[in-house]
Amino acid sequence: MEILERLLNTNSLIFGFLWVGIIMLAAYGLSRYVTAGRIPGAALAILIALGLAFLGNEHGLADIGMFSGLAVLGGSMFRDFTVVATAMGADLGAIKKAGKAGLAALLTGVVVSFTAGVSVAYFLGYTDAVSLTTIGAGACTYIVGPVTGSALGASSEVIAISIAAGVVKTLVTTIGTPLVAKRIGLSDAPSAMVFGGLIGTTSGVVAGLAATDAKLVPYGAFTATFYTGLGCLLCPSLFYLLIRWMTGA
Amino acid sequence: MKIYGVFLLCACFLAGKFLGHLLGQLIGIGGDIGGVGFAMLLLMLGSLYLRGKNWLATETESGIWFWSSMYIPVIVAMAATQNVKAAFGGGAVALLAGFVATVIGFLLVPLISRMGRGATKNETSDR
Repeated sequence: MEILERLLNTNSLIFGFLWVGIIMLAAYGLSRYVTAGRIPGAALAILIALGLAFLGNEHGLADIGMFSGLAVLGGSMFRDFTVVATAMGADLGAIKKAGKAGLAALLTGVVVSFTAGVSVAYFLGYTDAVSLTTIGAGACTYIVGPVTGSALGASSEVIAISIAAGVVKTLVTTIGTPLVAKRIGLSDAPSAMVFGGLIGTTSGVVAGLAATDAKLVPYGAFTATFYTGLGCLLCPSLFYLLIRWMTGA
Repeated sequence: MKIYGVFLLCACFLAGKFLGHLLGQLIGIGGDIGGVGFAMLLLMLGSLYLRGKNWLATETESGIWFWSSMYIPVIVAMAATQNVKAAFGGGAVALLAGFVATVIGFLLVPLISRMGRGATKNETSDR
């Protein structure tokens, strides 16, 4: 038993691959034999993984010693690396063609998410410009929130809320995208680029598209990757000034 | 050799990330702005150029395709390492703010994609 534990702890990344393999096998089996292919295997695998994340805390399942390799495998390095690799199957012409719509989606996405976050915070009792801006920024992505909050000197409680809002967005996107994809016309490269720009949370966009149609992933990721930067640029500056002016402080 | 493909992918990845960080510094907010996007562009342009010169062997490409096919497993690992407890521990403000922002984003997809198609109607007649 001790040997096994040492083995798993020193080879945690390999064990991570093994675990993901098991989850994928179970999910694709369930998808095929239980749901008769109605729910895609990738979507089920992501759902199972999210469920397993409840066993841990800040880093989900990776908080448990022998699963720590999952944090490396599912960290931003491998995520970005494999997403870049999907560009091999992408059509440069399609990206050029949808460029303007993608840019419009990016700007709209940041403004709309921020406004939604600020409005919710306002209706639930927050009135100071710093907290409102930080929570609005969190509704963009879970990175924009804390970046904005620390720049403006928000309280750690508000920063925690902004991170949580961003994580909720990622989860809703991951689970919701395959459910609403058909209804919102998410079916080709241009719409995927618009989707990535509007939603912006790279992890949610990539996971949601993977569960919907793997071909769309590179297009959504392409625009989403600019979103967090744009949010970090606008929220603590222009948007904060606007909110401060509107709250009259 | 497969490693040539992996080499190309790594080079594009790092160059793109470098550009992203450079852009972040230029604007003065630090961090990585669009690094993945730049890397994807470089990989698309690079493979297009090499293919045109007939320098991109199938074996080389398969080194890139392997990593391209690994992203769903990576996303599954990412999902398993999310801070799901924080999502529910942030209270009503966090739940509502995240939910409302996402749903409005969903609803705007058809609107803005239509706008994009309107501009290039003649070229995209397949819809």
